[in-house]
Amino acid sequence: MSLRIEPRREISWRMLYLTPFLAVLLTVMTGFVVFMFMGYSPLQTLKSFFISPIMTGYGLAELGVKAAPLVTIAVGLAIGFRANVWNIGAEGQLTMGAIAGGGIALATFGQEGSWILPAMMLAGILGGMAYAAIPAFLKTRFEVSEILTSLMLTYIATLFLSILVYGPWKDPEGYGFPQSRMFSEAAIVPIVWEGTRLHIGALIALAVAVAAWVLMTRSIIGFEIKVVGQAPAAARFAGFARNRIVWLCLLLSGGLAGLVGTIEVSGPIGQIIPNLTPGYGFTAIIVAFLGRLHPLGIVPAGLLIALSYIGGENAQVEVGLPQGATGLFQGMLLFFLLASDFLVRYRIVLTRPAAAAPRREVAPA
Amino acid sequence: MSLDIVVPVILTVISAATPLLLAGIGELVAERAGVLNLGIEGMMLVGAVAAFAVAHVTGNYMLAILVAAMAGALLALIFGVLTLTLVSNQVATGLALTLFGIGLSALAGAGFVGSPIAPLPKLEIPGLSELPFIGPILFHQDVLVYLSVALTLGVIWFLKRTRAGMILRACGDSDVSAHSIGYDVIRIRYLAVLFGGVTSGLAGAYLSLAYTPMWVENMTAGRGWIALGLVVFSSWRPLRLLGGAYLFGGVTILQLYVQGMGGIGVPAQVLSMLPYIATIVVLTIISAGPWRGRLDAPACLGKPFRPAT
Repeated sequence: MSLRIEPRREISWRMLYLTPFLAVLLTVMTGFVVFMFMGYSPLQTLKSFFISPIMTGYGLAELGVKAAPLVTIAVGLAIGFRANVWNIGAEGQLTMGAIAGGGIALATFGQEGSWILPAMMLAGILGGMAYAAIPAFLKTRFEVSEILTSLMLTYIATLFLSILVYGPWKDPEGYGFPQSRMFSEAAIVPIVWEGTRLHIGALIALAVAVAAWVLMTRSIIGFEIKVVGQAPAAARFAGFARNRIVWLCLLLSGGLAGLVGTIEVSGPIGQIIPNLTPGYGFTAIIVAFLGRLHPLGIVPAGLLIALSYIGGENAQVEVGLPQGATGLFQGMLLFFLLASDFLVRYRIVLTRPAAAAPRREVAPA
Repeated sequence: MSLDIVVPVILTVISAATPLLLAGIGELVAERAGVLNLGIEGMMLVGAVAAFAVAHVTGNYMLAILVAAMAGALLALIFGVLTLTLVSNQVATGLALTLFGIGLSALAGAGFVGSPIAPLPKLEIPGLSELPFIGPILFHQDVLVYLSVALTLGVIWFLKRTRAGMILRACGDSDVSAHSIGYDVIRIRYLAVLFGGVTSGLAGAYLSLAYTPMWVENMTAGRGWIALGLVVFSSWRPLRLLGGAYLFGGVTILQLYVQGMGGIGVPAQVLSMLPYIATIVVLTIISAGPWRGRLDAPACLGKPFRPAT
């Protein structure tokens, strides 16, 4: 009896949707072993990672607070990944969006007006788009890899933010801390669940996911994106302009990341600080893949990764797990997912040599 | 400028260039074999923390360097299993490797933050090290600096002059042809990826043992990505990579010196942006210039290959 691997004629849809669960299961099992080796009680640690954070209403709301930015960014990135456009600089576009939107909040400091928040969000979207336009221009005009340029721009954006918060935007009454003033009331996003921090960004994330789903499944542009990604030659033959798709994907993902930047500074943070996020722009890459690059799949994927953030913090408090554990598990989850993707395209077949026929009776299928 | 200024400047340029050269030369070999590994940053970080931990606990620097190389190779092996055996997407897997490496190194290094070690000792060559000017530059460096140059020369010789090097390039330029002649493309790519892991681990070791002898989370600060840019800049030629690494070392040091001299009226952060801006500018010039057609990217770079069974 031997194992043989053969390619499937078509990808297995069942496996496509099963593998995320398999990957989560394998990650949890590995976590169990790792915790044991590190001298933590595995069950206790897993419980404080995955269960106790969401036993309260406040915990559930926090899950939404962290999932909203991840989902919004990941939806944009996933559309690009479908077209083979690898924007990995969402963190930088988020930062520029936060600077653009936050700039309006600081400029209108102390003012009232219902126009301020929409203006901030618009500025955030445009800021992220403008920043993503740089890799788009370099890619379409000079064939420079958007992977490297978008990532380099992230480092530049972080340094630019630091110039602002250490310099002109520093809070005059902030005792010299590198942070801006707290935004005034008109520049703070509304809360949707009283008594918690859950803000309107959660609803925006859901709306973005649904809109992206419609775009990808019901529009010609969505079709073009998929063809450009999967069959560039066919796309050229059909007359789909690749450059247009590159621009579209980068502007879309950059704009969404910029929007998230604005919402983060005007929501949970309430001011501009040097470290805006715990790496949402990068973690969103994991979320996009875990959600199978499908706008609706990204919603539960975002919730799960958000849970790993909250769970990581919680396990830090409850059992003293080091902070790096969260990143480790997020990376591991993506590994297992990519590995189990093998099952989507290949099948493992049990073959028995004809001579050694089994003597046991085989149950009828 | 007098010699007493020039020598320290050249020394710091060398120390800034060495990690870029080490990481770049391994990636160059992997890419010549047709594999795009975006996980350099992760492998460097794990190499850095492994080297630091061993040096801190045992004080044995040779062992530290060896363990860093093995740690890098181990991460590269994960990448190889995923992309070569399980045919996963190389871009996605490389990103996963970087995220994994950042997390793993932060977790493993949590206990070492803030504890100092003595820097990696320089090798003294009696007589030669005391020579004026060339003595301190050529004959008073640590083992990793010599290794980085030796590896580069070795790779030049290997790719150009050896049969194995030609086979490796064949795998990168036409995997199907190499396979049909009877070469084991997957095995050769595994070896190339592992070599990349080893040199990335060494690059990390250089950062945490010699460049700044301490462990800080995320201490690579994008050097792995700059090394990736340098491989494109070099148009996959080792000698140009050497030049590129030293050019970028120069840019990094220029920025530090200007900051040290009290700046030139711009915030320090603007100067810190220089290496990243330079990477973008150089990549653009390389891709846009008249030599565009001679870029010579390996034809099968990043494409999955699985022999039919």
